[in-house]
Amino acid sequence: MTSTAPPTARATPARRRRTPRDRGMNRAFRLVSTGSGALILAVLAAVAIFLVARAWPALTTPGAEIAQDVGWFPADASFLSFVGPLVFGTLLAAVLALVMAVPLSIGIALFISHYAPRRLATALGYAVDLLAAIPSVVYGLWGAMTLVGFVGPIWEWLASFLGWIPLFEGPAATPARVMLTAAVVLAVMILPIITAVCREVFLQTPKLHEEAALALGATRWEMIRTAVLPFARSGIVSGAMLGLGRALGETMAVLMILSPGFLYSFAILQAGQQQTIAANIAAQYADAAPIGVSTLIATGLALFVITMAVNMAARAIVARRKDFSGAN
Amino acid sequence: MTTTLTAPAEDERTAAVRASLRQVDRRRSRVDRIMQGLVYVAFALAMVPLVWVSWTVVAKGIDRFDVYFLTHSMRGVFGGMDAGGIYHAIVGTVEITLGATIISVPVGIMTAIYLVEYGTGHLARWVTFFVDVMTGIPSIVAGLFAYSLFVVVFGPDVRMGLMGSVALSVLMIPVVVRSTEEMLKLVPNELREASYALGVPKWLTILKVVLRTSVAGIVTGVMLAVARVIGETAPLLVTVGVIDSINFNLFEGRMMTLPVYVYGQYSKGFATCSESAIDCIRTINFDRAWAAALTLILIVMLLNLVARLISRYFAPKLRG
Repeated sequence: MTSTAPPTARATPARRRRTPRDRGMNRAFRLVSTGSGALILAVLAAVAIFLVARAWPALTTPGAEIAQDVGWFPADASFLSFVGPLVFGTLLAAVLALVMAVPLSIGIALFISHYAPRRLATALGYAVDLLAAIPSVVYGLWGAMTLVGFVGPIWEWLASFLGWIPLFEGPAATPARVMLTAAVVLAVMILPIITAVCREVFLQTPKLHEEAALALGATRWEMIRTAVLPFARSGIVSGAMLGLGRALGETMAVLMILSPGFLYSFAILQAGQQQTIAANIAAQYADAAPIGVSTLIATGLALFVITMAVNMAARAIVARRKDFSGAN
Repeated sequence: MTTTLTAPAEDERTAAVRASLRQVDRRRSRVDRIMQGLVYVAFALAMVPLVWVSWTVVAKGIDRFDVYFLTHSMRGVFGGMDAGGIYHAIVGTVEITLGATIISVPVGIMTAIYLVEYGTGHLARWVTFFVDVMTGIPSIVAGLFAYSLFVVVFGPDVRMGLMGSVALSVLMIPVVVRSTEEMLKLVPNELREASYALGVPKWLTILKVVLRTSVAGIVTGVMLAVARVIGETAPLLVTVGVIDSINFNLFEGRMMTLPVYVYGQYSKGFATCSESAIDCIRTINFDRAWAAALTLILIVMLLNLVARLISRYFAPKLRG
C-alpha cells in the first residue's frame, strides 16, 4: 500500500546539518518530533495490518462454513459474492451523493468567492462550515424522522413521471427509506468539504486573468467560465474526490435511513434493494459470532482499500497541481 | 489604422463602433443573469438543511431538555416510563473524548513541529502525504482498527472506554497535525532568526517562541478537532458498546456516549403501552433521542463558537 503513492512535493528548506549543537535537549527534541512523524506512518500501517489479521479467518474460510455460524451470511455464497453487492451499494450511494453535491458546491463556492459582498463572505463561509459541524447521527435522526416523510410524495411523483428511467423505477416505497433519500442526506454532509476546496482554488485564481477577461468585455459569468473554472478544474476534481471518500465511509445516515437489501439494483426509489459496507457493519456488529465479526472486518478492509485509493488519487491531483499551476 | 480614410468615413466608422459597443447583447446578459440566479439559489439551497436540521432538533428536543434529563441515567428505565436521562452518556462522551484528546494533541503537535521545523527529505514527504490520506479514513474503519488492536492485546471479550479513545484519536490526529502545521507556518522566520541570534538553542526557540506565538491558533485547531470527533457514532458503536448505567472508569467495561445514545434510543422505536398504563409515553424513545441530539448539537456549536472566538481575539497580530 505504501509503495504506490507518489510523494507529494513541498518546499524543502535548507538541508539540516548535523552541527555540534545537535546534542542534549536539542537532539532529544528533534528525535521526539521525528518520532511522532514516524508514528503516524506506523499507525496507518497498523490499521492495515490489524484489519488484515482480523479479517484473515473470514477470507480463508469457505462461504458454506461461515454461513453455518452466521445467520445473515447467504448459504451458497463465497466471501466475494457476499461483499460484491455491498461494494456496489456503497459506490452507488456515494456517486449519487456526489452528483447532487458537486454542482451545488461549485455554486456555493462561487457565491462566496465571487458573488457575495466582501464583508458577508467570511460569515457565509462559516455558515457552510457549520453544516460540517452537525454530527452524522443527528443528520441520520433528521433524515429518518423528518426528511423521509417530506420527500415521500416527491419520490412518488418522480416514480410516476420518470419511472421509464431504470433509476427511478417505481413503485416508490412508503415510507421513503430508500437509496435516494440516503443519498440526499449524504450530499448535504459532503457539501462543506467540497465547497471548502472549491472556494480555496476559486480565490487563488490570478486577479489579472479575471481583470483581463472583464476588460475584454466579458460578463461576470463569462469571466468565471473563461478564467476561474479552467484554472480551478483540478481543484474541483480533487474536492469532489475528497467528498467521494467521505461519502463512501459514512455510516450513520445510511444505517438510520435505508431499508437494506443485498441486490445489484439501480432502483433507488424502492426499499430493500441496496446496502452500504459501513452501514452493514454497524447493523450486524452487535450480535455476530466471531467468524461473523471477522467477515465484517473483511468488508471493512474492502472499504478501507477503496477510500484509501480515492483519497490518494485526490491528494496526488492536488499535489501535482501545486507544482504546475504557477499561482503560488 | 484608419489614416487613409477620409474624414466623413471615419466619423461613420466611429459611430458604428460606438453603436455596437452600446448595444446590449441580450443573450449574453441573459445567460449572465441566469447563472447569477443559479449561484444564489445554490447558496440558498445549502442553507435549507442547516436551518431545517437545527430547527427540527430544537423544536423536538426542547421539551425534554431539562435538569432532570441531564442529571439522570437510564438505569432501571424501561418501556414507556416517563423517566431516564443522559447523565451516563455525558460522562462517557467527556471521558472518551478527553482520552482521545490526550492521545492526539501531543502526537499531532509534535508531528506538526517535525514537518515545519525539521522535516526534509523523504520521511517528511511521506508524512505529509499520509496525514492527508489519513484524514479520509472512514470512521467505522477506525473503530474496527481499535477493536482489532485491543482484541489482539487483551483477548476477545475486551470492552473499555479507552478503545473508543484510540479509535477517535486515529480520526483526530490528522486534523490536529493539519491545523497546527498551518499555524506554525504563519510564524515569521524573523522571530526564529532573532532567537537564534541571541544564542537560544533550537528546541527552546520552538518551545518559547514558535509555540508561544501560535498557541491561540493551535488551541482553536484542537477545539475544532474535538468538535469533529465528539459527534462520531460508528467507531464508538463497534468498540465501546452501550450501557444503561453510569461508568466512570475509562479502563473497565462498556460506556455510553451521546451519539450512540441518540442512535440507541432511535432504534428502540415506539414504546409499547398497555391500555391501563397511566404514565406511559409511546414516543418516549424518540423524545429522548431528540433531546440528546439537541445536547450534542449545543456542545458542538459551543466548541465551534469558543474556538472561533479564541482565534479571533488571541491570535497574534502578525501583519500589524
